[in-house]
Amino acid sequence: MATVLERVTKVIVDRLGVEENEVKLEASFTGDLGADSLDVVELVMELEDEFDMEISDEDAEGMSTVGDAVSYIEKKQA
Amino acid sequence: MSDLTGKTAIITGASRGIGAEIAKRFAQAGANVVVNYSGSQQKAEAVVEAINENGGKAIAVKANVADADAVKAMVDETMTTFGTVDILVNNAGITRDNLMMRMKDDEWDDVINTNLKGVFVCTKAVTRQMMKQRSGRIVNIASIVGVMGNAGQANYVASKAGVIGLTKTTARELASRGITANAVAPGFITTDMTDQLNEDIQKTMMSQIPLGRFGKPEEVAKAALFLASDEASYMTGQTLHLDGGMVM
Repeated sequence: MATVLERVTKVIVDRLGVEENEVKLEASFTGDLGADSLDVVELVMELEDEFDMEISDEDAEGMSTVGDAVSYIEKKQA
Repeated sequence: MSDLTGKTAIITGASRGIGAEIAKRFAQAGANVVVNYSGSQQKAEAVVEAINENGGKAIAVKANVADADAVKAMVDETMTTFGTVDILVNNAGITRDNLMMRMKDDEWDDVINTNLKGVFVCTKAVTRQMMKQRSGRIVNIASIVGVMGNAGQANYVASKAGVIGLTKTTARELASRGITANAVAPGFITTDMTDQLNEDIQKTMMSQIPLGRFGKPEEVAKAALFLASDEASYMTGQTLHLDGGMVM
């Protein structure tokens, strides 16, 4: 079973076309991974599908790094 | 001839007038059609029946376009029935005409809610699916008065001018995902809605139409069909004036 980080990483690599080793916990979507604001919206949509959960707009706005997304998902799954 | 075979289109306010005509045209062009209505269930079902009798596929779905939950349910039902949402025609619209000095707040709010907020709500609701598909067509039915202004229709004019601006923003935000957004700005088209306009407005408008006649719903439907089809693939953010030449 893949970890949350591995699954999030896969979604990010597929969506943003970045290398796997660039996807670090502290990497920010827009600053480090080259996403524009619409990419972030799409990323959140795909994370919702991947983890079968709803992420509200308010919560999504609080996610700026890979680590934010991973800890949000882990917390919600717990 | 524009072809919509295999596409699924949601037409808001499609129980009568321009919307009903668009629903029928799109079905003729091969689209699966969602005939949205708010109050006129019987008329919506008659449109669906007419489409099905002609060998098309259509369902009627009730939803107030300004109600996000109802609209989401409509999009979900569309996905369950047809599997995609390729085209959204934001057509639902109402009038509550009055001189600005006499216009009540609720006359203003009702029109802005249905005509402008409704476009925002419906567009937002289909965008997720269209972004995933990397394709989509949004066609907004504005009005020529949104471009030129019209005494006695402050609320309606403001809503339609708003729709034109919203169309341009939608076009810019979603272009990179293969989604286009265009508007149609009809002039005076003979429908239930324009029959309700008072005689003064009707007379004033007629005197301003170079082609010397009012338009027909099918003339608007043809333009909407063009914008919803692959024929319009390089066009986004535009407003087509279908007004007999009123505004040039």
